[in-house]
Amino acid sequence: MTTTTLAVLVPLLPFLGAAAGLLLGRTAPGFVRPLAVLPTLAALVLAAIVAVRQGGAEAVNAATELTPTGSIPIELALHIDGFAALVAVLVGLVASCVQIYSTGYLRDDPRYPSYAALVSLFTSAMLLVVYSGDLMVLLVGWEVMGICSYFLVGHYWETPEARAASIKAFLVTKLGDVPFLIGLFALATDAGSFRITKVLGAVASGGLDHPTLIALLLLAGVAGKSAQFPLHTWLPDAMAGPTPVSALIHAATMVAAGVYFVARLLPVFEASQAAMVVLAVMAAVTMTGSALAALAQDDIKRVLAYSTIGQLGYMTGALAVGDRGAAVFHLLSHGAFKALLFLAAGVIIHAAGTNSLAAMSRMGHLRDRVPDAYWTMTVALLALAAIPPFSGFFSKESVLGAAEHVATGHTEHAPGAAGWVVLVAGLLTALLTAAYATRLWLLAFRGQGAEAPDHGREPLTMTVVLWVLAVPSLAVGGLAYRVLPDWFDGRDLTPTLTTSVVGTGVALVGGIVTYAAWRHTTALAARVPLGAVAAHPEGDAALVEAEAIASHEPAYGDIAYAPDPADPGRLLLGPLHRHAAVGFHLDAVYSALFVRPVQAGAALVRFLDREVVETYVRGAGATPRALGWAVRRAQTGNVQTYVSALLAGTVVLVVAAVLVATGA
Amino acid sequence: MHLAYPAVLSALLFCTGLYGVLARRNAILVLMSVELMLNAVNLNLVAFDVWLSRTAEETLHSGQALTLFTIAIAAAEIGIGLAIVLAVYRNRGTSDIDRLRDTAEGHEPDGPDSDGDATAAEKAEATA
Amino acid sequence: MSLASLPLTVAAPETHGFLSPTGVEIAFLLVGLVTFGAALITVTTRQLVHAALWLVVTLGGLAVEYLLLTAEFIAWVQVLIYVGSVVVLLLFGLMLTKAPIGRSPDADSGNRWAALTVAVASAAALVWVVVDAFRTTWIDLDGPAAGSTEATGASLFQNWVLPFEALSVLLLAALVGAIVLSRKAKAESASPPVNSRAVSGGSPSVPDSRNHPIRRKEPVTGTRATTGSGSTTGTGSTPGTASTPGTASTTSAGTAPGAGSATGAESAAGAKPATAAESAEQEGAR
Repeated sequence: MTTTTLAVLVPLLPFLGAAAGLLLGRTAPGFVRPLAVLPTLAALVLAAIVAVRQGGAEAVNAATELTPTGSIPIELALHIDGFAALVAVLVGLVASCVQIYSTGYLRDDPRYPSYAALVSLFTSAMLLVVYSGDLMVLLVGWEVMGICSYFLVGHYWETPEARAASIKAFLVTKLGDVPFLIGLFALATDAGSFRITKVLGAVASGGLDHPTLIALLLLAGVAGKSAQFPLHTWLPDAMAGPTPVSALIHAATMVAAGVYFVARLLPVFEASQAAMVVLAVMAAVTMTGSALAALAQDDIKRVLAYSTIGQLGYMTGALAVGDRGAAVFHLLSHGAFKALLFLAAGVIIHAAGTNSLAAMSRMGHLRDRVPDAYWTMTVALLALAAIPPFSGFFSKESVLGAAEHVATGHTEHAPGAAGWVVLVAGLLTALLTAAYATRLWLLAFRGQGAEAPDHGREPLTMTVVLWVLAVPSLAVGGLAYRVLPDWFDGRDLTPTLTTSVVGTGVALVGGIVTYAAWRHTTALAARVPLGAVAAHPEGDAALVEAEAIASHEPAYGDIAYAPDPADPGRLLLGPLHRHAAVGFHLDAVYSALFVRPVQAGAALVRFLDREVVETYVRGAGATPRALGWAVRRAQTGNVQTYVSALLAGTVVLVVAAVLVATGA
Repeated sequence: MHLAYPAVLSALLFCTGLYGVLARRNAILVLMSVELMLNAVNLNLVAFDVWLSRTAEETLHSGQALTLFTIAIAAAEIGIGLAIVLAVYRNRGTSDIDRLRDTAEGHEPDGPDSDGDATAAEKAEATA
Repeated sequence: MSLASLPLTVAAPETHGFLSPTGVEIAFLLVGLVTFGAALITVTTRQLVHAALWLVVTLGGLAVEYLLLTAEFIAWVQVLIYVGSVVVLLLFGLMLTKAPIGRSPDADSGNRWAALTVAVASAAALVWVVVDAFRTTWIDLDGPAAGSTEATGASLFQNWVLPFEALSVLLLAALVGAIVLSRKAKAESASPPVNSRAVSGGSPSVPDSRNHPIRRKEPVTGTRATTGSGSTTGTGSTPGTASTPGTASTTSAGTAPGAGSATGAESAAGAKPATAAESAEQEGAR
């Protein structure tokens, strides 16, 4: 089979799996698990073959036009370069792991068939986005991902948190998608085609008339999908979905789609200096703010969610300094270790019966209950904190190196200001990242207090994939930075000495300070008993998680926050803690700025409709009613009245007829 | 004799009967008024027959024959009419025309009451 | 009378102006006035029986008019059928529907003025048209009578045999119809009079129900179910008396507790002892 055929099969197989799963889900439950896992695994294998064949050489381009669509043709096009091939492998890997993990995680869930089908559909859509060479086809996958995300976040729709989160995720991403769509149209109008190759060709020849406008419109969609400030607020709430979904969609793949999109069209953005600066500022605000917020979260998954936002900020920062190789490198390594973090967090939540770090810090020997999760999560957290030699170190150093490269004025790809902004924010975030990673590890695994309950070993499907994902987190980074430039633009990804030393230094400082703070506060933990565990710890992991999410707010007063004086984050952040816990009140600001005016407008419209328009309608109805009433009064039932009227009419008619006949 | 005399008398009698039909409350009086109208028509028929039998060469005395038919039909009508009025009276307890308002829009206060009484009485009689 | 008018009509056959009175015309006019007046009284009188009697006058006057128009057979038929039978039928109808004797204030319904307007308007229109059309038309009443029995009979049985026979079928149908209508009502009312007579005679089981406190307090709305279940023999009549109009029942039950309520209703209804049972029964039906 040719590479093109294989590449077509990669998104097609999960799609067929999803369709078959939806069709057979009720009638043949035995086929659901194979239908969920096997197409995804096959897609992974095919994606790997495609990547090997492509091998960083010339991009594979293939296109077929289904039907003429007017002035600007839309084609089913493939554009597979090194980025696409490697990202597809990552997507296939994470999706396969998540599908396998889900068979254990949602073991007893009655809605597993539709869940698995949606995950397959999502995988297919993501692979379509990755491989697509046509912006319209890319947009199709982009929107299908949004729909799948909506359904999967709302998987536990019995809980109000999940319902609210799914609607919020959908609305906020759509808010970004509308300008994104307009931007795509503007881009296609300027370039004369939706084909990425032709667009890039037009950019290279300076054919773009409105580069800033187009770049900013596209950035809105990217910010929505990749959860960048100011449209990031949906991602922490989306943790109300099942943990595998969070791992696949909200950590490794879908949120990376925005970054991937910018990486593909980076020349378009580079055409506008203003857009690059905006991108840099956006990245800087996102990464520092989210790192601060992550330090204050109580829900383990929300910590990881804010961490995801921050790491995505690194990627957009790399893009802002014009180095898409670094961005995609970080995307790949982050996809691996963040998926691992989420999956391990799912195991921990199942074992602990709670998603609250405050409650976990009061459980002894939790790490002995889940040794696989303990070790793999340690690896992943070290990667997250960018400690050498884990993969996160190399990818993050490549980002920081690129920023330093721009800041010191060695390249004309991006403005120097963008480089400085990204560099400073990146170093600050490295400090904070190490801090919240340490806090997470300490609170989750170094808890003291009552023995953690033993619910038996976790299912094998859930632990094996942790080790599978631990391998790239652990080792790949060191090898990749030498190989990857062949696949990418050819730019060097080797960490520079300065940034490596500084970055690792601040990370170590952050970790050590947090450890000191934890030592200081952990004595308080015993004094303040706190915590609630799920009511059905013997159930499958999904049930435990749903109960943990639903009980967090009643138990602690807030979905993101616990009044725990033993929290080292509280000591580190000081007065900032309260604001960081609620995401710096951004939701409240949005509520005041948008929700309440809209609701007031709706109330006004309702008033106008009920009181004003309705009055006219009632009036229009009342007039015929009154007329009908008047006419009805004539129906007295008295025959004599009827005959009187009849004869009176007859007389009048006869007289008239006689007069006419006689010509009077 | 001028034809106008019987014709005018006939017209007046007809309208008198018309008034009676429209204004009288008792059904039997209405029947009387109907008789008046029929008689007015009869007078017309006779008068025109007499006139025509002199003027035209060959007539079939159709006016007088029709008058006889009308009288016979009037007799039949009064028999049937009275039987109906009596049946209505037995059922409703009244022969007042303006109380027989079953086709009225809405429910007049007296109509359904007397109706209900009458049907209830009928049932009671049937059980007896 | 036709003979009396003979010379005049012969004398001036062509010079008859409008309203040129001859003897026959004067007679016709006078009788017509009487007829019209009687008709007016018929439709306006408040005494129902008087209306029937005035109707006799009207119909008799019309018979005279027929005679004046030389239609003698019609005149006799008119007297025989209308004055003889129809009016008697109407009187019986008045009697059977218990028409009140004396002046009844509500003989005319509420739409009297509308009826008057319609009647006057149609009268005006008709008279205008008729006068306009037949102002100078002259009836020659000479020669053999146009409506003699011989002429009528010859015409009827020569030219009108088929309609005549059809009419006989119609009359038969009317006869059968009237019998059916009446007999159905009679079949229903056949048994109650016996019972009501027995009740009014003082059946031992009835006074309990008749003097029942509920009924004495609420004679108007006296519940039929209570009395019906209370009495064993008089169910046919006690429900009837229970629903008699308030005045009759109140007087019978209140002032004379021992008296039968059926007779009380009778006395309120009027002086027709021959139809006492029937009227009481009909009062009950009301």
